[in-house]
Amino acid sequence: MSIPYLRVQDLSVSFPAKSGGFQAIDKISFDLARGEILALVGESGSGKSMTSLSIMKLLPMAARMGGRIEIEGQDIAGFGRREMENVRGAKIGMIFQEPMTSLNPVLTIARQMTEGLVRHKCVSSREALATARTWLEDVGIPEPNRVLAQYPHQLSGGMRQRIMIAAALALRPGILIADEPTTALDVTVQSQVLDLLVDLKARSGSGILLITHDIGVVAETADRVAVMRGGRILEIGTVDEVLHSPKHDYTKALLASHLTVDRGLRQRELEVAGVRP
Amino acid sequence: MMSEPCLKIEGLRKSFTANRRTVHALNGVSLALGKGETLGIVGESGSGKSTLGRIAVGLDTPSAGELHVDGARIDDLSPQLRREKLRRCQMIFQDPYSSLNPRLTVGRQIGEGLFARGEFDWPAINATVADLLDRVGLKREFAHRYPHEFSGGQRQRIAIARALAPNPRIVVADEPVSALDVTIQAQILDLLAGLKKQGDLSYLFISHDMAVVARLCDRIAVMHRGRIVECGPARAVIENPQHPYTRNLLDAVPRFGRRRTGQKPVPVLLPHHGDADRYMTVAEGHTVLQSAGL
Repeated sequence: MSIPYLRVQDLSVSFPAKSGGFQAIDKISFDLARGEILALVGESGSGKSMTSLSIMKLLPMAARMGGRIEIEGQDIAGFGRREMENVRGAKIGMIFQEPMTSLNPVLTIARQMTEGLVRHKCVSSREALATARTWLEDVGIPEPNRVLAQYPHQLSGGMRQRIMIAAALALRPGILIADEPTTALDVTVQSQVLDLLVDLKARSGSGILLITHDIGVVAETADRVAVMRGGRILEIGTVDEVLHSPKHDYTKALLASHLTVDRGLRQRELEVAGVRP
Repeated sequence: MMSEPCLKIEGLRKSFTANRRTVHALNGVSLALGKGETLGIVGESGSGKSTLGRIAVGLDTPSAGELHVDGARIDDLSPQLRREKLRRCQMIFQDPYSSLNPRLTVGRQIGEGLFARGEFDWPAINATVADLLDRVGLKREFAHRYPHEFSGGQRQRIAIARALAPNPRIVVADEPVSALDVTIQAQILDLLAGLKKQGDLSYLFISHDMAVVARLCDRIAVMHRGRIVECGPARAVIENPQHPYTRNLLDAVPRFGRRRTGQKPVPVLLPHHGDADRYMTVAEGHTVLQSAGL
């Protein structure tokens, strides 16, 4: 078996304090291969976002990290700022929940999209611009030339998230970390962005670490899923295994409390009829 | 037949002007909320659903249209009289972190609603506050604490207690569970459903989440670009959607048993409705907005 693109082993993150401190992540391990979508699912405070920040080494100063993070077999856990600059973007791309805060409001889209290409791919700015234009087309943005000259505030939330995805994938990273990429979007736009992620994963061959609180999103898009709570991975497996025959009680509870449209209808009708569910 | 509506809205319009551009948030919205009924308003951002809710509780004034509470028209009253009438309409907001005052004790901010209604005896107010905390599933002693001492779910319970304090007939809830984790969401939805059983309360429940609306609402009104495009009993709208926008919205909801293949769905052209468009009745109580040209 070949080595997975990303391997996380016994990753721990704590925030030491005089009175005990706080263990945000407690020895978690998982791998992610190219072309695969692994979902990290959990409620707020489960440590799922902290996991993505530690892989990118974007943790707050006060955090203490332990364990190994291997990219193609190389441990990057001990990397300094300089070394990480060659990892971020080029090997691991990242998109966040709110594209407005992750795009720079005073730079044009062209500038933000070409920056990484020039830095990591050693191409001229003209070539970078051409690549950026192709990627904008690929993520379904009409009139890419017009959009390239625009600023983030001139674009809708869905458009901004598409641009973030295009900018991240243009660098052809081995994996893309998507931290709640559709949470701030309307459902119809969410649906388009999820279709896009699945399509691009297939075409670019990048692996995706999808962080979400929505089990419905996991069911539709992920190949494997890890259920997190209290900084631990309670259960990890294929989507079929975990969602259809969950082993851990918490996973069962999470699935039971997942509200679907049908469940909602039924629950209310039982209530109206006076039956206690 | 529906009982006399406690809230009736007719031909409501609202426009905002910013940077010399006019935005039409509401383009003639009419609805009736029956006594003891829960009406869900579903739509995406920019559909005008929050503006509608804000006008229903008097936080905004309409550009045109009529607002009736308990059969009496109130939008043409003087501000004082209107405020008096609108005390029957209370609101719960999405974010319990920003809707509570961090510098007032929980008891004080719940009690203010009673004080404003003309109850000046604080010992009596405090007793009522304790009862309210009890009703929303919190401890009576919590009245002495401050909002920061509570979790998100508990804060939303406090916000609900505060809304219930003036004994309203109508509660407008604008995305009350969107900021909460699923398990907490379920608890708050159960609470809202339970509170309605105890009195003749009506809810105008605003949400983008179809599942949440299905859980709580008797009827659903779907909003798109400042108009209600479809309205009817919850099950009818969900299982037999007539408007293309309603179908889009329902289809986009993530679900089990479907896999995304990355294939782009065929885009559906949504009609641009004008003021000449009329509602067509598809079944009893189920109406859909039709383009005049069809």
